[in-house]
Amino acid sequence: MSDDEQLRVSKIPRGTVIDHITGGEAMHVLSILGIEGGDGDTVSIVMNAPSDRLGTKDIVKVEDRELSQAELDVLSLIAPAATINIIRDFEVVEKDRVSRPEEVAGVLSCPNRNCITTGNEPVESRFDVLAEGVRCAYCGTIVRDDIADLID
Amino acid sequence: MPHDHIISAKQLSRADIEEVLDRAAEIDDNPAAFTQRHPGALLGLLFFEPSTRTKMSFTAAIKRLGGDVVDMGPVEYSSVEKGESLADTVRVVEGYADALVMRHPSEGSAKMASEFVDVPLINAGDGAGQHPTQTLLDLYTIRENAGLDDLTIGIMGDLKYGRTVHSLAHALTNFDATQHFISPESLKLPRSVRYDLHEEGATIREHTELEPILSSLDVLYVTRIQKERFPDESEYRAVAGEYQIDAQTLEEVNDDVTVLHPLPRVDEIDHDVDATEHAQFFEQAHNGVPVRMALLDLMLEGESA
Repeated sequence: MSDDEQLRVSKIPRGTVIDHITGGEAMHVLSILGIEGGDGDTVSIVMNAPSDRLGTKDIVKVEDRELSQAELDVLSLIAPAATINIIRDFEVVEKDRVSRPEEVAGVLSCPNRNCITTGNEPVESRFDVLAEGVRCAYCGTIVRDDIADLID
Repeated sequence: MPHDHIISAKQLSRADIEEVLDRAAEIDDNPAAFTQRHPGALLGLLFFEPSTRTKMSFTAAIKRLGGDVVDMGPVEYSSVEKGESLADTVRVVEGYADALVMRHPSEGSAKMASEFVDVPLINAGDGAGQHPTQTLLDLYTIRENAGLDDLTIGIMGDLKYGRTVHSLAHALTNFDATQHFISPESLKLPRSVRYDLHEEGATIREHTELEPILSSLDVLYVTRIQKERFPDESEYRAVAGEYQIDAQTLEEVNDDVTVLHPLPRVDEIDHDVDATEHAQFFEQAHNGVPVRMALLDLMLEGESA
């Protein structure tokens, strides 16, 4: 992170910093992670900051929570270049990229209105992750574009 | 039969299919030998949508194996009307039966239901998804009439919503078959089926007209184009009229093609075809009994082993 960005949002003592999020996708990242502000977490967001690599990027800082790799891998669907920094005592102790999971459960809802998972059944949505896009494990519907629109 | 549940034709290998078809042929040859195969076995029928052939042939099949059915009956008289979830319904009914046969209007319903039960569950149609037991009887009929290898088949009609088409197309990837798909532009194969066929390396061609390829076909599999898929009646009539077949066309273009149809038909196959040797669709419907007997026999055999 450049000094310029440091000025936008200050360093956090402990938690997770998700950097290099595709510009404009920060709110979707929070939705995927189930962070809605109601649980008292301190969350900072930078949107559309200039980035050499991405043109523009978003950054999300979640204090006092170390998010797991499994939670974060889901982000690869909408922010494939995202990097994860785990912070303790203001220092980066772990730095990782997100990798594509084989499946995602309970995060996306099937766009097929006739899919059983969209009805009133005690079942979590499940999608297999394809080389391009995702596929509902129940009805087989394939979604290639606008995956963020499926976030519950 | 290595599968606990039969949900999709995609799960069936060539060996699985041949095991069922071979057993069906044994049953056809000597039905008397199978009448006491499963005395007392109870098949639970859960049809959330109307069915004639599938429901009656499953009923005939289990009875001819020595068993019987317990039938949920029409949805309007069941607890579904009171708002019970499908997951709860199947968990209750599995306590009454040794295996379940289910038809439901939602795609993915059979897969979901199978996750809630321990007895074998057979998908008898899930919305526009799959109908694997129809496919087994289709394959049985094709094997008897044209053989399953070195096969050129045309599949015509509503390819988008036609679950019998989706299941058949998947299953045929196990064989040396060239598949031609003929439909109006708006009813082409869905992306998900095309993706699977591509992944399986199947040889497929898509057309909007039957005429140019009719002469090359060993089998023509016709399906009904439903009125409700079109915005208005006149558009439906214009499109549906292009996907009809009659005896004269068959005689002129391809006098040894086998014509199949999962039925019910409306007017996509003219009644003048019925008396010709092309017409195998009533035989196909009758094959539902030995093929479903074979499947139930193999699944229940596995259960008691």
